[in-house]
Amino acid sequence: MSILIDSATPVIIQGFTGDKATFHAREMIDYGTRVVGGVTPGKGGQVHLGRPVFNTVKDAVRTTGAEASLVFVPPPYAADALMEAADAGLRLVCIITDGIPSQDMMRVKRYLRRYPKAQRTTVVGPNCAGIISAGEAMLGIMPSNIYLRGNVGIVSRSGTLGYEAAAQMKALGIGVSTSVGIGGDPINGSSFLDHLMLFENDPHTKVVIMIGEIGGPQESEAAQWVKKNMSKPVVGYVAGLTAPKGRRMGHAGAIISAEGDSAAEKATIMKSYGLLVAPNAAELGSTVAQALAGIHGQ
Amino acid sequence: MDIHEYQAKELLSGFGVKVPPGRVAYSAEQAVYVATELGGWHWAVKAQIHAGGRGKAGGVKLCRTYQEVAAAAKSMLGARLVTAQTGEAGKTVHRLYIEKAEPYARALYLGFVLDRKIERIRVIASAQGGMEIEEIAAALPDSILQEQVDPAVGLQAFQARELAFGLGLNIKQVSQAVTAIMGCYRAFRDLDATMVEINPLVVTKDDRVLALDAKMSFDDNALFRRSNVTEMRDPAEEDPREAEAGKFGLNYVGLSGDIGCIINGAGLAMATMDMIKYAGGEPANFLDVGGGASPERVAAAFNLVLSDRNVKAILVNIFAGINRCDWVAQGVVHAAAGLRVPLVVRLAGTRVEEGRAIIRDCGLPIISAESLAEAAHKVVAVAAAGAGAAQVGVAGGRA
Repeated sequence: MSILIDSATPVIIQGFTGDKATFHAREMIDYGTRVVGGVTPGKGGQVHLGRPVFNTVKDAVRTTGAEASLVFVPPPYAADALMEAADAGLRLVCIITDGIPSQDMMRVKRYLRRYPKAQRTTVVGPNCAGIISAGEAMLGIMPSNIYLRGNVGIVSRSGTLGYEAAAQMKALGIGVSTSVGIGGDPINGSSFLDHLMLFENDPHTKVVIMIGEIGGPQESEAAQWVKKNMSKPVVGYVAGLTAPKGRRMGHAGAIISAEGDSAAEKATIMKSYGLLVAPNAAELGSTVAQALAGIHGQ
Repeated sequence: MDIHEYQAKELLSGFGVKVPPGRVAYSAEQAVYVATELGGWHWAVKAQIHAGGRGKAGGVKLCRTYQEVAAAAKSMLGARLVTAQTGEAGKTVHRLYIEKAEPYARALYLGFVLDRKIERIRVIASAQGGMEIEEIAAALPDSILQEQVDPAVGLQAFQARELAFGLGLNIKQVSQAVTAIMGCYRAFRDLDATMVEINPLVVTKDDRVLALDAKMSFDDNALFRRSNVTEMRDPAEEDPREAEAGKFGLNYVGLSGDIGCIINGAGLAMATMDMIKYAGGEPANFLDVGGGASPERVAAAFNLVLSDRNVKAILVNIFAGINRCDWVAQGVVHAAAGLRVPLVVRLAGTRVEEGRAIIRDCGLPIISAESLAEAAHKVVAVAAAGAGAAQVGVAGGRA
């Protein structure tokens, strides 16, 4: 069991025929993901990796019944690709692309609201590593062998820190239900909160680890929701304790600008809402183990 | 990306925002010449640096004679200005803006930001101009007026009117203020800004509304489609190492510690720096090599980190997803030959065995680590041992 994707989910790839997309599509197929085709405008009718290529997302959905897509489209065209996917009725769109203008994402988020909530596309990313449901399917660029199949959900802003958590857990024999990278940009398609809700409703997920960073209100909002609504233990971590205030640290989103934005403040907020906070990034796995032991001890 | 006040005013003027007449000057003589050209009896000489708080730090001077203009210009040019926003090191003044000064009746605040929480542009206004917005928010929270912009339709005139009337302006002033608010909004939207701040927006005695100061920041991700903004980049305002890093697609921020860091992913980089601190060390920098870390990029990363003379040891921490450990290892081995400080390398993820084998078999005194904790503790230990002693420790401590 998992959230967002499983081995039955029919997936297409937007920007299918590019080098990076080709490499990662192959990895996804090898992992067992049901890749049913792809979209590259102007290359409709061709066959790539043994799958049909379409000119438009609508064509792809009509022919293949795709429900989800992975987007590798370059930044200037990324917003357009996301809106096209939403308009074609895809349930889930995951976007790896890094460097999309913030106002483009703002427009995408507004566009998504044209559809009633029940039919609204879930966008994961941009600037993320993607989604993997261990042993089921992969919609992203992560090294798949670090994920053991299991019952811990991972939701992380940083791709590589998500890997770090999965690898530490694997070393302790702890597996993952689904790992979601929400991306490091100021405006994300979906938030910690969106995925915590899904994990709460996934019967197979027993514990969730939420890996945040400096900047933005998301971690605090999510922690507050956890306290009120979540029955499952949540482990927290926030990177950037040593980041100097007001400095940009790589991700456009990782800017300390307001109260409650720093790593220390966020960690304190998480603790105050009952999350088990990992003291440092080398103890992500052991803190999850502690949370699991707590459940079994009950 | 940030720009200077005079550049922001030039851009905003193009969107109908009224500003006092002024021009840039690079010398005291030019400053006086600009003042004579502008005419009038009073001039403001303003240091152009990418930081706020100039007034309090002596970076803005009101002058009544050409001699005063020359003296103010001389004292500012080449001087280091330390404001609340520059940090202790301050910023050197290379350009001045000479502006015709005139008395005003009221000073207001007007700001536009990209609000992450609501995922929209938020407009902020206050009748208490001249103060920093943080101070206004703390002292007089009720004086702050706000509007949110729906991205589907943009800022509407009624919203600008509500702000203007809310600021207590009369009807003549309201129409001028609406022009200024709508102009700033259009500049924000059309130029992919992330921040526009007019502090103060002044009302003159004859009911004109002018932007007396202007700050703009832009979305780096959108510069590819804003060549007119990109042209305004001032390299003198940027940290040379950060600018150099940008050329190689690296993200570098210099810090004050002695452990150099080369890491992929901003989150892992920050977490590794935290881990170094946790292990008792101090990071010398933040450096994200990003995805696709080619040998050239890794070499550039080593050069950048080593350009900081305080660095006593280097930690490379790569968790490869879109990267490949074997490629990174080749780059590391190439860059590590003849290195003056000890090097700790931790590789994980895609092709980790091949990568570790390259490090193991290269014959260089590279210290390997398997986990994040091990890597942090090892690099802190070798850095603490000091450069001279560490060289011995490196050979002995090779894993």
